[in-house]
Amino acid sequence: MKTFIRLSSLVRPYFWWMALAALIGFATTGSSIGLLMTSAYIIAKAALLPPMGALQLGIVGVRFFGLARGVLRYAERLVSHSTTFKILAKLRLWFYDAIEPLAPARLMHFRSGDLLQRVVDDIQSLENIYTRVLAPPVTALLVAVLMWFLVGALSLPAALSVLSFHLLAGIGVPLLSAQLSRGVAVGIMEQKTAQQLLALDLFQGVGELQIYGKIGAHLDALRMTEEKKLRLQRKSAIVEGLQESLTGVLMNGAVIAILWVMVPSVATGGVSGISLAIITLAVMASFEPFLPLPGAIKHLEADTHAGRRLFEILDAQPETKAPEKPVPFPEEHSIRVETLTFSYPESPSKTLDQLSFSVPQGEHIAIVGPSGAGKSTLTSLFMRFWNPSEGDILIGERSITLFDPEELRRNIALVSQRTYLFAQTIRQNLLLARPLATDEELQRALEAAGLGSFREKLDEWTGQHGMLLSGGERQRIAIARVLLQEAPLVILDEATANLDGVTEREVNETLDTVTKGKTLIAITHRLSAMERYDSIIVIDRGAIVEEGRHEDLMRLNGLYRRMWDLQHGDAHA
Amino acid sequence: MNIDRRLFGMLKEERTPFILSLIAGSFAAGMLILQAWYLSRIIDGAFMRKSPIASLLPLIGLFALFSLLRMLLSWLSHTEANRGTLKIRKTLFGQLSSKIGELGPLFTRSVQSGRLSTTLIKGVEALDAYFSQYIPQIFFALFTPVLILCAVFPGDWISGAILLGTAPLIPLFMILIGKSASAMTQKQWKTMSRMSGYFLDVLQGLPTLKLFAQSKMQRQMIEESGESFRHATLRVLKIAFLSSLTLELVGTLGTAFIAVGIGLRIMKGGIAFQPALFVLLLTPDFYLPLRQLGIKFHAGMEGGSASKEIFDILEQPGDPHERPTPGRAEEPFGHHPIVFKDLSYTYPGADRPALEGINAEILPGRTTALIGPSGSGKSTLLNLLLRFQKPESGAVTISGRSIHHIPLEVWHKNISWVPQHPTMFNTSLKENILLARPDASKEALETAIRLTGLTAFVASLPEGIETLIGEQGARLSGGEAQRVALARAFLKNAPLLVLDEPTSHTDPELEDALRSSITELMKGRTTVIIAHRLETIRSADRIMVISEGKITGCGTHEELLNEGGFYLEALRLQQEMVA
Repeated sequence: MKTFIRLSSLVRPYFWWMALAALIGFATTGSSIGLLMTSAYIIAKAALLPPMGALQLGIVGVRFFGLARGVLRYAERLVSHSTTFKILAKLRLWFYDAIEPLAPARLMHFRSGDLLQRVVDDIQSLENIYTRVLAPPVTALLVAVLMWFLVGALSLPAALSVLSFHLLAGIGVPLLSAQLSRGVAVGIMEQKTAQQLLALDLFQGVGELQIYGKIGAHLDALRMTEEKKLRLQRKSAIVEGLQESLTGVLMNGAVIAILWVMVPSVATGGVSGISLAIITLAVMASFEPFLPLPGAIKHLEADTHAGRRLFEILDAQPETKAPEKPVPFPEEHSIRVETLTFSYPESPSKTLDQLSFSVPQGEHIAIVGPSGAGKSTLTSLFMRFWNPSEGDILIGERSITLFDPEELRRNIALVSQRTYLFAQTIRQNLLLARPLATDEELQRALEAAGLGSFREKLDEWTGQHGMLLSGGERQRIAIARVLLQEAPLVILDEATANLDGVTEREVNETLDTVTKGKTLIAITHRLSAMERYDSIIVIDRGAIVEEGRHEDLMRLNGLYRRMWDLQHGDAHA
Repeated sequence: MNIDRRLFGMLKEERTPFILSLIAGSFAAGMLILQAWYLSRIIDGAFMRKSPIASLLPLIGLFALFSLLRMLLSWLSHTEANRGTLKIRKTLFGQLSSKIGELGPLFTRSVQSGRLSTTLIKGVEALDAYFSQYIPQIFFALFTPVLILCAVFPGDWISGAILLGTAPLIPLFMILIGKSASAMTQKQWKTMSRMSGYFLDVLQGLPTLKLFAQSKMQRQMIEESGESFRHATLRVLKIAFLSSLTLELVGTLGTAFIAVGIGLRIMKGGIAFQPALFVLLLTPDFYLPLRQLGIKFHAGMEGGSASKEIFDILEQPGDPHERPTPGRAEEPFGHHPIVFKDLSYTYPGADRPALEGINAEILPGRTTALIGPSGSGKSTLLNLLLRFQKPESGAVTISGRSIHHIPLEVWHKNISWVPQHPTMFNTSLKENILLARPDASKEALETAIRLTGLTAFVASLPEGIETLIGEQGARLSGGEAQRVALARAFLKNAPLLVLDEPTSHTDPELEDALRSSITELMKGRTTVIIAHRLETIRSADRIMVISEGKITGCGTHEELLNEGGFYLEALRLQQEMVA
């Protein structure tokens, strides 16, 4: 219920649009009722053999309602679709606003994109909350009220009996079918999630499954979820068919009740026979809007489930809050790291343990160490994606928590192992770094990043996740971004780890030229051309174990020397 | 009428429930006519003859009976169509998942995983409406109107003629407008899904947006693109909905036309009240199934396009493995050399073969290292050995028998495989390792963990070895995943070992520690290893140099060094790959 209230409050801005659509929807059903009523009126009146002109009103009526029904239906569909799209756009914005402060810490679980796709699907499914959940009861209610007045004008007992059948169809049948199919919609959603995960494992691990003779078992598990899903869907289809039939039975029941109440009065002349014919047909037409009601409950269940999953993601505290009065970013760009300690939530071990070091302005240092030593966590802390459990990072002798996080990030250029490129043009991907850059500036940056051949390709599409570009090209785009960003501080986080040797050397050379004079931290586990760094910090298991220039570390004969020998010893053999 | 031949074939397999559904639905239509007949008699009795309610009771009773029967029958029709549809879906899902399992990693890697799961899960489901609604509706759209015509004609042939005359307008309009409208609707759905793809892209790239302090700007773009998509889509829908408007109008104006027509004829004495009311009651039901066909046409279209992707997969060249020939009871795979004979393979669409005329022997119980630049054909050779693909010509044989004649399960049972990017399944770390041997003892498991240097990693996990990993669990680095794969190989204890540079993601420190474990693992086993590191290459009993799909050299490190510069060149290229 709470989830539903939160969901409805999201669509509240569109209240008047929804009201309009519901009203037109009501008018559409009203026209079908009107059409049948006037048709019945014509033939009943005609049967009494009146003068020719007496039918005129009826003839105008059928034509009017006949046209109106079609036109109104058209209008209703347009308005309700437009409202639906508005709601969907609003939902996306709402989700974006809510997730933006939480990223990337809370998005960590969505690594393959397939699960994130499910989130996007959840949002998409909520667009129906108006057409499938909110609108049907409103239309049904209005139609019931209309019938109350129409029938009530002729006979109160008849109106009461119609009302009771409407109540049964509007409340009884939906409640019954909700009772019968309790949990089915949620169950189907759960099976789908399980299926998605198993399917993903199948697609990615089909080789392993074959080799380990587990393919049969895995396929069986996958089919099991499908069977469970099908069983649930069968149940839901049976209930659906039942409720449709029940509504039909109630409609006929209402007709019989009307006949029961009104036929005696027709015989005594209390009610005209014409009214009997008209009302009977009107009652038959009035049950149409009751058909989608049980579906509304089913959709409500599914929507609440989807909503709850979304709220679960969003109801988290953002890792980082901007300070109320941010300090301007300093002119001096030295870095000092003080007793920095960090562990990921739910992890018993410390990823970084009492790390302290400093980088004078304009110097280039390297942080090296075996993988899993916590090097990349450092980047997230610098960017304030996470906050340290203890200790602090200072830039220009000011804690980075004092700056506006956006300004901080604008002043640190990052090239990481994997550059995310949006499925847009090269230009749009570059403009991220400097939104107002001219084409000429973009081309210059591409040139300097060693992508001169892309000068004329600014409008070319980069493909899904930039997959139309090679790994080297993607890293060079990242370098072009660094150039455009003009940040005084640079962090290279395994920037060339995914590149082959030749490309790596070229990219490194480019990076050297473009970062001259900036304060730079290079994080790497591959030791090549280490002489270029002013200082090298060796980390192992989250703590600093050695520190110094390349020659010093080599002389030290410690971890650094061992790593170096392992990587280079071979080549000299 | 958009009936896909292959889908119709599936329908024939499960014809019983569908036939039942059609029969029940047809009887329900008959009941509908009887109901209308009795209702018209009741109203006629009350209105024209002023009969007392008591004399109408039998008629009311019959009306009630037929309405109950009709509802039961239509319920039956609905559930039977659903039963048949679910059977088809189950079959199709089974076939499709088996096919994907059979096509193996080469296939799944060639398709975006998101698209595959859409086809497998959503695609099969999209066929539901096709079978349970669209197909039966085609029948009812023909049957019910004809039945109603039969009931109307004897009493009032003029109205019958009007119905008959207007009915074809509906299919006609559907064809006239439907084609362009459905093209537009499809375009609309494509736009919608592109919009959702764009949103997904933004969410995935959110960290990047934040890095450039652009995440707030992006909000505006989401807002604007949402609005422009809405406008574009509505423009399309305005026209697409015209088709339903026309269908609606044919139905409602037809009703109006008939009402006015019979009203006038009643006055002229051409028809009595009761048959007139009977016709009027049936008129909306005459147009209804035709209109519903229009609505369900879209469901049919969607199913049709979903089925295309499904059958594209199902019709991939069949079983990639030949019929197995009977083998000896115990296959001594570890004691025979594996021989490559004139092995060639060309990837579809490639302009040169990935492998060409490979002739070589893998010595039993020894280690053979494959070296060569990326794209030289090493991986293809490994895939052929693993039987993930089938040679185009030539054969891989063991003790004189093509490995493709050995039952696939038997062959795979004898191989341990450590790929470069091993898959971590969505279960606990323990189950991931035990994949190789579910019944392994606690000691064996612990040994495997220790030998692969995973002990410290396991200790660092919040729930130790029971920690959930994979898609929804803890993240493993590339090196950790490779070590899990090594642990699997230790547990499996198979005579053949296929390694794809098992320490490529491991840093040198750890690699050194792992090397002795790997050496231990390779001892006495026939090992084929794609090697990058010089250390691995040098310690191999035999080195095969592959270049552009051909073997350019074969021997020990020393032999190859003596043979000349090409080996050093190959090593140099190799070194640059890893630094």
